Amino acid sequence: MGDLSAISGNLLYAAFFLYLIATFFFGATIRDKKRAKNRTAGNIGISITILGFITQVGYFITRWIASHHAPVSNLFEYTTFFGMMLVFAFIVLYFIYRVDLLGLFALPIALLIIAFASMFPTEISPLVPSLQSHWLYIHVTTASLGQGILSVSFVAGLIYLISQIDQSKSNKHTSWLEFVIYTIAAVVAFIVLSSTFSALNHQTVFQAPIEGQQTEITYQMPAFIGPADGELVTEEAMQPLVEAPGWMRGEDAAVKLNTFILSLLTGLIIYGVSRLLMRKRVGAFLQPMLRKKVNPELVDEVSYRAVAIGFPVFTLGALIFAMIWAQQAWDRFWGWDPKEVWALITFFFYAAYLHLRLSRGWQGMRSAWLAVGGFGIIMFNLIAVNLVISGLHSYA
Amino acid sequence: MNEITCECGHVNPEGTVLCEACGKPIEGNQHINGNEDKKLLNMRYDGSARRSQTYNRTIVDKIWNFFSSVKVGVWLIVLTLIASAVGTILPQEMYIPPNVDPASHYRDQYGMFGQIYYQLGFHNLFSSWWYMLLIAMIGISIVIASIDRFFPLYKTLKRQKPKRHELFMKKQRVFGVTETEQIDLELYKKNLKKRRFKIYEQDGHILAEKNRFARWGPYVNHIGLIIFLVGSLLRFVPAFYIDDFIWVREGETSMIPGTEGKYYIKNKDFILETYNEDDETDARFKEAIQKQGGPIPKTFQTNAVIYERTDDIIPGKEPELAELKDTQAKMNHPIKFDDFALYQASYQLNEFKEMTFKIHDKGNEDTNYGEFTVDLSDPKNEYTLDSGYRVEINNYFPEYEMQEGAPVSVSKYPKNPAFVFSLYPPDSEEAETSFLGIGANVDASGENDYKIGLVNFDVRDVTGLTVKKDHTLPLIALGGAIFMLGVIQGMYWNHRRIWLQPKENGVWIAGHTNKNWYALRQEINKVISGTHIQEPRDQYEKKE
Repeated sequence: MGDLSAISGNLLYAAFFLYLIATFFFGATIRDKKRAKNRTAGNIGISITILGFITQVGYFITRWIASHHAPVSNLFEYTTFFGMMLVFAFIVLYFIYRVDLLGLFALPIALLIIAFASMFPTEISPLVPSLQSHWLYIHVTTASLGQGILSVSFVAGLIYLISQIDQSKSNKHTSWLEFVIYTIAAVVAFIVLSSTFSALNHQTVFQAPIEGQQTEITYQMPAFIGPADGELVTEEAMQPLVEAPGWMRGEDAAVKLNTFILSLLTGLIIYGVSRLLMRKRVGAFLQPMLRKKVNPELVDEVSYRAVAIGFPVFTLGALIFAMIWAQQAWDRFWGWDPKEVWALITFFFYAAYLHLRLSRGWQGMRSAWLAVGGFGIIMFNLIAVNLVISGLHSYA
Repeated sequence: MNEITCECGHVNPEGTVLCEACGKPIEGNQHINGNEDKKLLNMRYDGSARRSQTYNRTIVDKIWNFFSSVKVGVWLIVLTLIASAVGTILPQEMYIPPNVDPASHYRDQYGMFGQIYYQLGFHNLFSSWWYMLLIAMIGISIVIASIDRFFPLYKTLKRQKPKRHELFMKKQRVFGVTETEQIDLELYKKNLKKRRFKIYEQDGHILAEKNRFARWGPYVNHIGLIIFLVGSLLRFVPAFYIDDFIWVREGETSMIPGTEGKYYIKNKDFILETYNEDDETDARFKEAIQKQGGPIPKTFQTNAVIYERTDDIIPGKEPELAELKDTQAKMNHPIKFDDFALYQASYQLNEFKEMTFKIHDKGNEDTNYGEFTVDLSDPKNEYTLDSGYRVEINNYFPEYEMQEGAPVSVSKYPKNPAFVFSLYPPDSEEAETSFLGIGANVDASGENDYKIGLVNFDVRDVTGLTVKKDHTLPLIALGGAIFMLGVIQGMYWNHRRIWLQPKENGVWIAGHTNKNWYALRQEINKVISGTHIQEPRDQYEKKE
């Protein structure tokens, strides 16, 4: 068994590097002066992407065999699968519209998602009784596929915004675009920090009262924010600068807050340095590279098409299949649990998107911003609802 | 009704923007779709006469127009979305511990913010009247907006003629003029057929149309949503919906609530299994089990027998039971019988069933003045032993805790029982009082001669099952299925039309689609290839 899970892990690494290589080929398509005619770089890019996708499917299958259940049962497995579905959705939309630039942005996003996933515990975990159902993989895979397709809408929207926003002077659009770019930088920062300190085997241990019990709390990163009323146990460790507020409950609340703030600050450094080097807004720096290659109407349509394809899949997977399963497992198809509510919010959001587009003619810029917002909601449901909302209380 | 007769001879209903037959913009009505002074026609709902755009006099008109507006609909969706998000900031009341006072819980746990949250009623947001009202308004909006649009659009698309007015052609978003006499119309039609267009001809004018049914997708999915909402409403009707709960101790047979005394259940055995890293089949989870620190449950299961009562139901009469099925309830695998389902929802492990005590000298545990057994589900007031000793239970705490120095019971379930006993030795009216619990044996006065000690106990598990009867499920499932069909119908197909108009020296071509214009132009390029028809232009100008 151990061998199989090792093979599985290696396949995931391989897929990761294939996506990375494919990204460079898609990047090379920018250099093609003649618009669209020379397809070599794009063809190589998509071939490597498909190879990477197959490799990742290999990871999925081997891990399934090793664990005896579909590997979509914890945050690492789910997020990895979500990255895979994003790549899959990109491949499908690539063959409908043949936009090379889509790969240049979709693959890095997928890479970030997969890297982000591996910051969470990766060992094979057992299924608690409520998860022991065929609906686990029917529901989770469909929901994830839906989210993957909807994410391509964000990717296309981002391309639209970078290439079309008026960069001649600072305005609302440029500021929000910089914010989106900064958010991506903060995710990069989180991945860099987590992997660096985990490679250094960093640990800072505190004793702190949790619900009236003295509990040992372990930080995997330097603790700038200590637990409320915590006492440093590790010798030679840095004293925290501040304590987490007392209303933050849960064993890991302070740890998460510390990680979050550190990532935001490091993200700020990454973003700030890039801006200093570029000597202008990041969006303004990127724009000239895309401007010539992008057909705004086409990119807008890709973004919309992704919503048109993804919305029914998402509804089926994240709401309908979810309800069928919830009915079987918990005797009610709907329970207003935060995860459920945020799936409903996603549904409402894209329903509003479709109504605005079809009946009120919201296209182009407005549509692109909505696509960015939708992705924000999806990410919120994936990350914040798992780590923050349920982390603040006892149920998880 | 002020009907409008178009120059093509077609009679249009009041409020029509574009003639149903030939598409000519009808004078005086162009403001409805905002077409004045515009280069392009607004093609929404094909310029059909919608009630909401035609009448605005009576209160009924005004209500109708309010709910039929997409703008209002989107606002309702956005408000519901924001409200829902607010409802997830703190846990809803149903997710806080069941035995706490919500008012103080929210204040104690989340401080000032929690108190405000509670006082605004956000702790019960999803069953609040205003959230229900928002959902109801979305429901009304869906019905009215759909009726307002579907029927006029359906009629217009049914009455459309291939021969279009010149203005209609010119003001289409995709439009092109070809001036040549070599046009190969046969090839054009062949290409269209190959791409599965339906072709309609009238005096040399050609209308090619495909996937009109995609236009009905939104209305189909709205019907599905309405059925879904009606199904959810029916849950308030008791005949359709029962939601009850039952605790059954191992070995006990209980009436199943909600079945009007017709069905009984016996809990033969409750099984809780946890993952075991030493077990061969669970060895693959070793790392995760070690990391978890505590046991990870593997199975919750109740082995049960379901009985049906066969005699007439008379209160107080001992029922006659016939076995219906011998089965198990597990997570994800409820027991089903008749219209009911029993779900494994909860459990209590090691609840005390019986405790056996003996009386002995305070200083000598080997003495024995008799034993007595207390049945914890039905403790007696008094136990008289053969040896003449008598024990009274003065106080019984099923689950005791010490609070401010005094024992109190935090539940009625015998999970941690404790007693205050009064012991009467033979021929004595003087009682010795003592307090007895697990790990506690307190002599009240400190001057007792005897001591009561625990010699034996029996524990058993209790299973908690939800009892459900739900006749709304088929309706809700039907609503969901219709919704899905409608969404797929509307999203995965595009309604496309291409008009071709013969001119003295060539042709005009125009195209329309309800979505995905780039793909429409690609398709037009394919059908005109080799026909000498020139590629039409996209006349749409970006406003941004």
